[in-house]
Amino acid sequence: MLDAHRPHSPLPNAVGVGYKPQHFQDIQDAPGPVSWLEVHAENYMGDGGRPLAQLRALSERFAISVHGVGLSIGGESPLDPDHLARLKHLVQWSNPASFSEHLAWSTHSSGMDTEMGGEFLNDLLPLPYTNSTLTQVAAHISQVQDTLGRQMLLENPSSYLAFEASTWSETDFLAELVKRTGCGLLLDVNNVFISATNLGYAPQGYIDAYPLAAVGEIHVGGHDEDEDDHGAPLLIDSHGSEAVEPVWDLLAYALAKTGPRPVLIEWDNDVPDWASLRAEAQRGAEALGALAKT
Amino acid sequence: MTWSQDFRAALLTPDAPEPKGLSNGANAPAGRRYAVYRNNVAVSLREALHASFPVLVKLIGTQNFDMLAGVFLRAHPPKSALMMHYGADMPAFLTDFAPLQHIAYLPDIAQLEGAIRQSYHSADASVLDPARLGSITPDALDTARITLAPSLRMVCSKWPIFDIWRYNMQSDAEKPRNIAQNVLILRAQFDPAPHPISAADAAWITATQNGATLGGAQNAAAAVEPTYDLGPLLTLLIQNNALNDLKTKDQP
Repeated sequence: MLDAHRPHSPLPNAVGVGYKPQHFQDIQDAPGPVSWLEVHAENYMGDGGRPLAQLRALSERFAISVHGVGLSIGGESPLDPDHLARLKHLVQWSNPASFSEHLAWSTHSSGMDTEMGGEFLNDLLPLPYTNSTLTQVAAHISQVQDTLGRQMLLENPSSYLAFEASTWSETDFLAELVKRTGCGLLLDVNNVFISATNLGYAPQGYIDAYPLAAVGEIHVGGHDEDEDDHGAPLLIDSHGSEAVEPVWDLLAYALAKTGPRPVLIEWDNDVPDWASLRAEAQRGAEALGALAKT
Repeated sequence: MTWSQDFRAALLTPDAPEPKGLSNGANAPAGRRYAVYRNNVAVSLREALHASFPVLVKLIGTQNFDMLAGVFLRAHPPKSALMMHYGADMPAFLTDFAPLQHIAYLPDIAQLEGAIRQSYHSADASVLDPARLGSITPDALDTARITLAPSLRMVCSKWPIFDIWRYNMQSDAEKPRNIAQNVLILRAQFDPAPHPISAADAAWITATQNGATLGGAQNAAAAVEPTYDLGPLLTLLIQNNALNDLKTKDQP
């Protein structure tokens, strides 16, 4: 067991990719501009075998970001103590450069009786932004940071709908969470573009209002296009294709305000060959490079 | 109901009305925007089941499996965020699932596929140097205990589950024979592989897993097959790094 409180280097202000096992060899043979990798925490919570062996090998060469998708920080139910313990074990074992999670929920206890524990719905579900949820989410973030002995980054969601009960804007809600818990933020510019299109506001305005000083990582990814009941565009966060031009524009817009930050390419479905993913990473590297020249 | 109970209530019930209090961001009802979440949850769970049970998919076809998955995921949503364990309830579910009860071997196939996946994610362990087996006197060996690798799994069936598995996973495999089969799953390094073993071998494995001495395990196997020879099974276990440790009687 490693020391939970040993120092960890931060993620480099360079480009990384979401790691997929089929790229294990290629990524080491020809990393191109990629200097760090992001892994989904839950895929490395088994007891052993290939996943942990690959993570161990990759850690020797690349900075690692552990990105959780199952902690349910935005939920009303208490955090699952077993899941939190597994996360602590993984973070202690791998000592990643960063740990991040989502402003969303995915587990649900069916009632006050906890006989069977909860259920896990395997999606990032939305929450209303109220004083009550603010208190709950802040408590969950503090519990995670206390358990892990480190700061975490919280990612802005992609939204398909809004809660009428919300009394906070998303950006104010995030800023208040930063203030109350000292957490950092993960700015997903694809999510910003999706939410802004779906809910009818300007994505640049969202970024202007975002607590940018807290941003420790930026995500770029692809989405699908659909329509709602009224024929209005409805973008779906699918991570199954290249990022579109407006999302690259938003990356440049955000980087111009934040300065250099770690930039991640997310491609989780219909995963392409390494050359195609590396080409996306190259675009990310160029966005960071353009920043250095100005 | 709280906001999340409201949101959850209609999530896995396609014909239930959408929860109240959701909008499109411009004061119109959310409508089918809520269906995005319904779709995400159902599709992601269905795809996880597809990935976990490739032989079941081949045996009953994609359309039937999708229907099965749709009923299963509503009756048994995942209990934890470890999707690698999702589907552990599938064998028991299939046993009671009337539309597929005429294919009586399906539960055992589901159990075999689940065991292969559990083996894949199970702990690594040190491998016993086979020379140690030869370095111990026969008497001491009789009272020694073997620890098997944590990645070892076994599924015993009255159906030809190994043949069925192989016929659906390998292009040049023979057609399944009408026999009962016991399958040992071994993970030499990272990739679990199933191996058919005899009923006496299965008795030896069960006894050893339950803490029997080598002598005790031999007796358990001999009760099934009086002239039992451990040699072939021992070779298989050694070749697949499936022996973890050997403790003699004097050791703590």
